Amino acid sequence: MTDRLSLDEVRHVAKLARLRLTDEQLQQYRGQLSTILDHIAKLEALDVEGVEPMAHPGDLTNRLDADEVGAMLDLEQVLSIAPATESQFLAVPKVLTDEEGS
Amino acid sequence: MSPDAEGDSPATLRSIAGTIRERAITARAVVEGYLNRIEKLDEQLHCFHETCAGHALAAAEAIDEQLDLDQDVGPLAGVPVAIKDNLATDFGHTTCGSRILEAFKSPYTGTAVQRLVDAGAVILGKTNCDEFAMGSSTEHCAFGPTRNPWDPERVPGGSSGGSAAAVAAGLCPAALGSDTGGSTRQPAAFCGVVGVKPSYGRVSRYGLVAFGSSLDQIGTIGRTVEDAAVLLGVIAGADPRDSTCSDAEVPDYLKLINETPPNLRIGVPRQYLSDDNAPEVNEAIERAVNLYKALGAEIVDIDLPLTDYGIATYYVIAPAEASSNLARYDGIRYGRRAELEKGEDLYDLYARSRAEGFGPEVRRRIMLGTYALSAGYYDAYYKRALQVRRLIKQEMDQAFEKCDALLGPTAPTPAFAIGEKVDPLSMYLCDVYTTAANIAGICAVSLPCGYAEAGETRLPIGLQIQCRAFDEATMFRVARMFEANTKYSGTRPPAL
Repeated sequence: MTDRLSLDEVRHVAKLARLRLTDEQLQQYRGQLSTILDHIAKLEALDVEGVEPMAHPGDLTNRLDADEVGAMLDLEQVLSIAPATESQFLAVPKVLTDEEGS
Repeated sequence: MSPDAEGDSPATLRSIAGTIRERAITARAVVEGYLNRIEKLDEQLHCFHETCAGHALAAAEAIDEQLDLDQDVGPLAGVPVAIKDNLATDFGHTTCGSRILEAFKSPYTGTAVQRLVDAGAVILGKTNCDEFAMGSSTEHCAFGPTRNPWDPERVPGGSSGGSAAAVAAGLCPAALGSDTGGSTRQPAAFCGVVGVKPSYGRVSRYGLVAFGSSLDQIGTIGRTVEDAAVLLGVIAGADPRDSTCSDAEVPDYLKLINETPPNLRIGVPRQYLSDDNAPEVNEAIERAVNLYKALGAEIVDIDLPLTDYGIATYYVIAPAEASSNLARYDGIRYGRRAELEKGEDLYDLYARSRAEGFGPEVRRRIMLGTYALSAGYYDAYYKRALQVRRLIKQEMDQAFEKCDALLGPTAPTPAFAIGEKVDPLSMYLCDVYTTAANIAGICAVSLPCGYAEAGETRLPIGLQIQCRAFDEATMFRVARMFEANTKYSGTRPPAL
């Protein structure tokens, strides 16, 4: 196992990614991700000075459509796939806490 | 010839559709034949996550009724097709092989599947895949692995392993998969069938659950080059619902498919015949090169030194895009939501729903992508990978100035054993020859080109042919040349 990543870094990434992982999982990912990053480090050997990053293949540009109302899903369909609803709303836990002045 | 009879020489899509149109057999009987075969064989192989028997039989009966009334039916009328379970269908489930979407039913059908249905195809069911198409073995499916019909102790490849294995086992005549870094071609190679990765923008991605949006394409899988081309002809072409889908005209792929392209130059990148490949793989590719030479093609030596950097580039870009795309699974609007304990808040809901819903490989890739995009690392990883991406594209462009098609193996080895690749990086390295086509946006096909002996059985080897972006017509013709002069395509695994 390499130590390219510290456990704290892995914990931070898990937080950014919104993944609640156990300490055991964090340890495991630390080793696996370090090995993968070691392989990825071979890109450092290439000279990329002045090379335009390529986010996308092909020469496609933004395409604008006319501002017209088209077919869309109806409310019932959308609500039917949600895990929790209240009347015509998606239900979520309380977002603002008391300290934030709910 | 009955298309469903076991042991018979398997029928092509055109012959199945023709037999139904001529009323020699009903669409219902054809569908029943395949459903029976699935019933008999799929308990062991586990190609399907779910069959849609009621839906399929009703669709087949509707085709038969249209034929009774002499109504116009589509070119694929009555032809059964299986669909990878990361393609949205408004019937059955769309799980992507993930617990987080275990109960998810899509409210709509994606463009490619709808075009199949509009052409008269009958959707048999949804096939297994690695979770969110992340994997090369279909072992990362939350609902259990698919087995290779040539040897059930081995993987079918992935991530479209269910689709490829189903076609190989004769559980369906053709199937759709998806290909982000080889996910249609590599399972096609492992299962001895034909798998196509179309050029980026050739097929609408509307209704394909996003993994790596600049890499993903829906692919076709068939027993023969012609079948894979027929399916692509139906699903390809402009779609207002996907702004990355090209308006370029879709040629009739069958029109010249049996003709050798004039002045054909076949490029053989020396990096593709690496000593790291299984010896049988290199032998099969060398035989293929010799066949093209004997058929009059000019063989061109090609140097692609960046081949060795493909995996490193891909495993930054794909996870980065995945970490962004998979942020939508938050337990709020659809998908699995964790049960909260007292005192837990919205953050806990996100973090627990996602940790409980995603499997180990998906979590790993989300972490990798999140890290590559995070403050302080973006330039070192993501930006650099995008720069190397351009270098790889330029290298491919230069190669296509010297040749019309690049030949090589689809994968370095034949199918490996279930459970063999424990280390994630060793699994990633299976994609060494397939990621370049996605990185550069070109088209590629894998077709069977030989076998490796493995104990009691033999395992198929895949030949990959890569062509310029939007030159699928040449790709199919080059593939068909090999197929027409060999006997590999359409061969069923001996036990089936």
